[in-house]
Amino acid sequence: MRGVAARLLKPFTETAGLARWMLVAGVLLTAVFVVCAVFAPWLAPYGFAQTSSHGVAFPKLGHPSSQHWFGTDRLFFDVFSRVIWGARTALEVVLLSIFFCVAIGVPLGIASGYYGGWFDRILVLVMDAMYTFPSFLLAIVFSFLLTDVYGGSLVAVSLSLTAVYIPQYFRVVRNTTLSAKQATYVEAARAIGASDGVIMRRYLFQNVIQSVPVLGTLNAADAILTLAGLGFLGLGIQSTDAAEWGHDLNRALADAGGGVWWTGLYPGLAIVLLVTGLTLVGEGLNETLNPTLRRRRLLPVVLPGRAASTPAEEEQS
Amino acid sequence: MTMDLTDQTVAPAAGEPVISARDVRVWYGTTRGAIRAVDGVSFDLMPGETLGLVGESGCGKSTLGRGLMGLLPDGAKRDGEVLFRGKDIFSLSAKTAYQMRGRELGMIFQEPLTRLNPLMRISQHFEETIKQHEPNLSKDEIRDRALEVLRLMGIPPTRYRSYPHEFSGGMRQRLMIGLALVLRPAFVVADEPTTALDVLVEAQIVQILNDLRHNFQTSLLLITHNVGIVAEACDRVAVMYAGRIVEQGAVTDVFKNPQHPYTQALLRSTISLTTTGLNFIEGAPPDLVDPPDGCRFHPRCPDAMNVCATKNPVNIERPGGGRVECWLVGPEDQIPPGGQQPLKQEELTVVDEA
Amino acid sequence: MSTKPDTRTDAGHLVDVRDLSVHFELRGGTLARLFARDTGTIKAVDGINLRLRPGEVVGLVGESGSGKSTLGRALLGLVPATSGSIRLRDQDIATMSRRQLREIRRVVQMVFQDPNAALNPSMTVEEAVGDALRVHGMKSAAQRRAGVVEALERVGLSPVELFLSKYPRDLSGGQKQRVVLARAIVLNPTLLVADEPVSMLDMSVRAKILQLMLDLKKDLDLTYVYITHDLATAKYFCDRVAIMYLGRVVEIGPTEEIFATPRHPYTKALLAAIPEPDPDKMVPRDLPRGEIPDAAEPPLGCAFHPRCPEAVHNCGWESRDLRTLIEEHWLRTDAAAYDEEKALIGGLDHLDTPATTATLGVGGSSPVRAILDRMKVEDPDEPLWSGVQSIEDSEPGVTVSFEPAPSPPLRRAGGVDVACVLYPDEGP
Repeated sequence: MRGVAARLLKPFTETAGLARWMLVAGVLLTAVFVVCAVFAPWLAPYGFAQTSSHGVAFPKLGHPSSQHWFGTDRLFFDVFSRVIWGARTALEVVLLSIFFCVAIGVPLGIASGYYGGWFDRILVLVMDAMYTFPSFLLAIVFSFLLTDVYGGSLVAVSLSLTAVYIPQYFRVVRNTTLSAKQATYVEAARAIGASDGVIMRRYLFQNVIQSVPVLGTLNAADAILTLAGLGFLGLGIQSTDAAEWGHDLNRALADAGGGVWWTGLYPGLAIVLLVTGLTLVGEGLNETLNPTLRRRRLLPVVLPGRAASTPAEEEQS
Repeated sequence: MTMDLTDQTVAPAAGEPVISARDVRVWYGTTRGAIRAVDGVSFDLMPGETLGLVGESGCGKSTLGRGLMGLLPDGAKRDGEVLFRGKDIFSLSAKTAYQMRGRELGMIFQEPLTRLNPLMRISQHFEETIKQHEPNLSKDEIRDRALEVLRLMGIPPTRYRSYPHEFSGGMRQRLMIGLALVLRPAFVVADEPTTALDVLVEAQIVQILNDLRHNFQTSLLLITHNVGIVAEACDRVAVMYAGRIVEQGAVTDVFKNPQHPYTQALLRSTISLTTTGLNFIEGAPPDLVDPPDGCRFHPRCPDAMNVCATKNPVNIERPGGGRVECWLVGPEDQIPPGGQQPLKQEELTVVDEA
Repeated sequence: MSTKPDTRTDAGHLVDVRDLSVHFELRGGTLARLFARDTGTIKAVDGINLRLRPGEVVGLVGESGSGKSTLGRALLGLVPATSGSIRLRDQDIATMSRRQLREIRRVVQMVFQDPNAALNPSMTVEEAVGDALRVHGMKSAAQRRAGVVEALERVGLSPVELFLSKYPRDLSGGQKQRVVLARAIVLNPTLLVADEPVSMLDMSVRAKILQLMLDLKKDLDLTYVYITHDLATAKYFCDRVAIMYLGRVVEIGPTEEIFATPRHPYTKALLAAIPEPDPDKMVPRDLPRGEIPDAAEPPLGCAFHPRCPEAVHNCGWESRDLRTLIEEHWLRTDAAAYDEEKALIGGLDHLDTPATTATLGVGGSSPVRAILDRMKVEDPDEPLWSGVQSIEDSEPGVTVSFEPAPSPPLRRAGGVDVACVLYPDEGP
C-alpha cells in the first residue's frame, strides 16, 4: 500500500518550483470538474433538460437569480445545471475515446515497432496520413460517418475523437519500442526461449508506456476542445440527449446580440478552465515522468567547517 | 615511436609543485542529503610528473578530476584550495577560469567520439582551439602547429582534413590528446582515457602518455580503475576510497609495500597473468551521503580495531615516503586506551556485496 | 535437480561447430541501393571450427570485431548462421526452426556482459528468474517459486526471501550478475555461454563471480564457453583458449601451452600488452602498429599482417599496406619534404580498394621510384618490401606488384593449432 501511495505521490515529491505548482494547480482545477461530473445528480439543482420545477416554468433567457444562479437559456434550461451536467458529458466522452486510443493504439504500436517490415511500414503510412489531416476536419468527417452508423450517441462521438488521436499513441509507443527492443534484456528474454508474444507483453509493454499517461492527459485537454467544437457545429450529441458545452455555445451565439451574456460566458468558462487544468496536469506530469526534462530537486549544500574533517595543513608543501 | 623535444611554456621554478591541492571537497545536494563525493583530498603534483588516481566506481575520482577543472554539474559545491603555480584556481572568476581551460589546464575524456564535433573537420577543431587562446596566429602557423602535434601522435598529415568519424577509436583518442596538448598546458587531467579501447590500442595510448611526461614536461593526473595502467604509466599513485585518498606515494613503493588495507586488498584482487588464487573484497563501498564513523573502510577491513570505528584516522607520512591514513600504521600516541583491540564486526554477506 | 540427459554426439563432443560463418549485410545508403551497388558484407564469423568436450571451459579471446560475441550468440541460435553447422545432440542448431530453437534454450544458456541491462527493469527477481520456467511450460506458480528459490540459493543470494521481491535497481552490480546466472541455470542447461560476465564489475567483485561460476560448473556439471578480451581472467578460468581475430581463430590450444609458449604474433602481442600491476615490468616497445581494420574489407592474405611485427614475404601484402607505409613515412619527413613528395605522389585514396597491384604517382616514374627507394633505405627491415615482386614504370607513376598469398589455415604446431605462415604444416 505504501509503495502504491509513494508512486502516486512521486510527481509531487520529486519536482520543485514551477513544475510542482503547475501540477498542483492543474490537479485542483481538474478535480473540481471531476467532482461535478461524478456528483452531477446531487450537485445540479435541476436536470439538464428540465424546463420547469414544481409546476413553475423556467423563464426564457432569464437573468441570473437566486433560483437560477447562471440564468436560463432560450430553451428554458437552467444554465448552471447544464454546466455541471456538461462536465459529466465531457469527461465521459473524453475518457471513452482515450480508452479506445490506448486499447487500439498501444498494442498496434508495440507490434509495429517489434516486427518491423512491411507491416510496420503500412501502419506508419496510415497513421501518418491520419496525423497530418487537420484534426478538426478529421473529427467532423468521422462524426458524419459514425452518426450514420451509431446515431448521435456518446460512442459515436468518442470514436470520432479516437480517430483523431490514435496516431499519436501509435507513434510514441512504436518509437519507444524500436529502441527498447535493442536492449540486452530483450535479447536475454529470447535467450531463455520467450516467444514474440511473451516478449511484447512481459518485457516491452511496461517499459514503453511511460509516455502514455502524459499523452493521455494532454490529449484529453485537446479532446475537450474538439468535442466542444463538434458541438458548436451542431454535430455529435444533441441537446436533449445530454448537456454539452459546445452545443450551448452554439445557441448562445444568437443570444449575445440581444445582450444576453450568461448563456455564453459560463459554458465557455467551463471549457477554458477544464482544458487549462488538464494541460497543467499534463505538462506537470511531463516534467516528472520525462527523464530528460526532469530537474532533480537540488538542495543547497552547506559545507561544514574544517573541524569535522581531517586536518591536512600540517603536511609539508 | 620517438618524440621530438618541442618548445615548452615557461616552466615553474624547479622544486615547486605545479598543482597543490589542499582539503578539496565536492559535495552534491540531493533530497536524501548531501553526497560527499570528494571529502578532503590533498596532493601535490610536480612538473613533468604523472600521478595515477586509482579507485573503484563511486570513489569520487572522476568528480575530483572535474572539480579541479571546474567542470562540475549544477548542484555541486566545491571548496578547498588548489594552487596552480601559486594561484588559487578555485577562487578565480568564471571568466578567468574559462580562459585558463585549454591553455593552462587541459582535459582528456573517456569517449572521444562524443567529445569531437562530427560536423567539423579535424583542421577546424584545431583552428578553433588554437584561435581561442592565440588569436594572432595566421592560418598557416596554426596548421603547422597542429600538424606537428599530430605527427607526435602518429596521425599522418594526409588526414588533417578528415572528419572524426573517419578515424578509428584509438586514433580518435590520440586526436583528443593532441587537441589537449596543442596549447602546451602545464597540467592535464585524463579521465579514464583508455577504458573504452581494446587492449593493444590501450597499450599504444599508454605509450603516448608515457612519452608525454618526458617530452612535454606536462604534469598529468591519470584517473583510472585499472591498477596495471598505473603501474606502467605513472610516477606516483593516489588510492582513493569513499571520497578520500587513503594512500599516496611512489608507485614502486606503494605497490611493493602497500600500507593501507584497502590498497592491499585492491592489489590482491587484481587478476593478472601471475594470479594464482582468486581474492575479492567483501562488502561494498559506503553510501556517500552517510559514510561510516571513523575510518570509512573499517566495515570491510579484516584488521579493523576499535579506534577505527570511532575516530577518523590521521593523515601521516608512510614509511617509504608519501602519505597514508590508517590507524594500523599510526600515530600510536593518538589511539585511546583499548582502541587497539580488534573490532568485533558483523560478517559481511552477499546482501552487502558490491 | 533432475539428471541431465546424455547430450554427447558420437565423437564424445558436446558441440561440434564445422565451418561456421555468420555474415551481416551492410545496408548501403539510398544512392547505393538505387544504383544496385554491392554494399558490402561483414564477415563477423568466417569459417570457424570448434569442438567442445563436456565439462571443459573454452575461452574465446579477442578484441572488438573478433567475432567472439557473434560466435557465442550463434551457439544459442540468437543470430542466424550464414553457412556451416553447429551440431548439438545430433541436431544442427544452424538450420533449426524457431520452435526447435526454443527447445535448445533448455540446454544452452547465456550469461550477459552488462548486469544493468540484462535484467528487465519492471520485473522482480522472482519474476525474472521464474519467467524462464514459465516460458517452458511450468504453469504452477508454486513450482516456479521452488525452482527460483533453488536457483537463487545456488548462486549464493541468501537469504532468498530478501531478494525475491527486489527490482534490479535495488541491487548492486555483483548481485545483479548473480541473478543473471540464476536465470541461466534455472532450466538446468548443459552448456553456458558467458559473454564477458565480469568485465563490467569492479575488480573487487570479479573474483567472487568467477569463483561462483567455477563452483557452479562443478556442482551442475556444466560446460562453459567463456568470451572475453581479458587474457588474465581467461588464463585463470579456461582449460582451452581460442584466440580470435576478425572472425577467425588464429590460435587454439590448452591454456598452459598458449600462455607458456605463445606462437601467433597476435597472441604474443596480447600477452605483452596486458597491463601488469608490477612497476618493474617495462612497457612493451614493439607493439603491433595500427588498429583492428574494417571488418567489411579485411586485409588480404593473413588478416593480421598489416600490424604484425613478425610479418614475412608471403603474408598477403596489398595496396592498402603501401598507403599506410607512405603515410607513416610522411610522419617522419619535415614539412618541406612532405609538400614536395606529396606533389609527386598525388592522391592515395584509390589504394584503399584492396588489390595485389598498386599504381600510384603523378610526377613521373623516376621521381616516384626514387621516393620509394628512399623509404626502403630509411627502413630496410620493413617486411612489406620482402613481399614486393616487382616495381614497374607506368607513366606518370609506377606499378607495385605484391606476392599474392592466401589466408593461412589452422595448422598443428606443438600442442596447439596456429594459423600463421611462420608455422607451416608439421606434416601428418
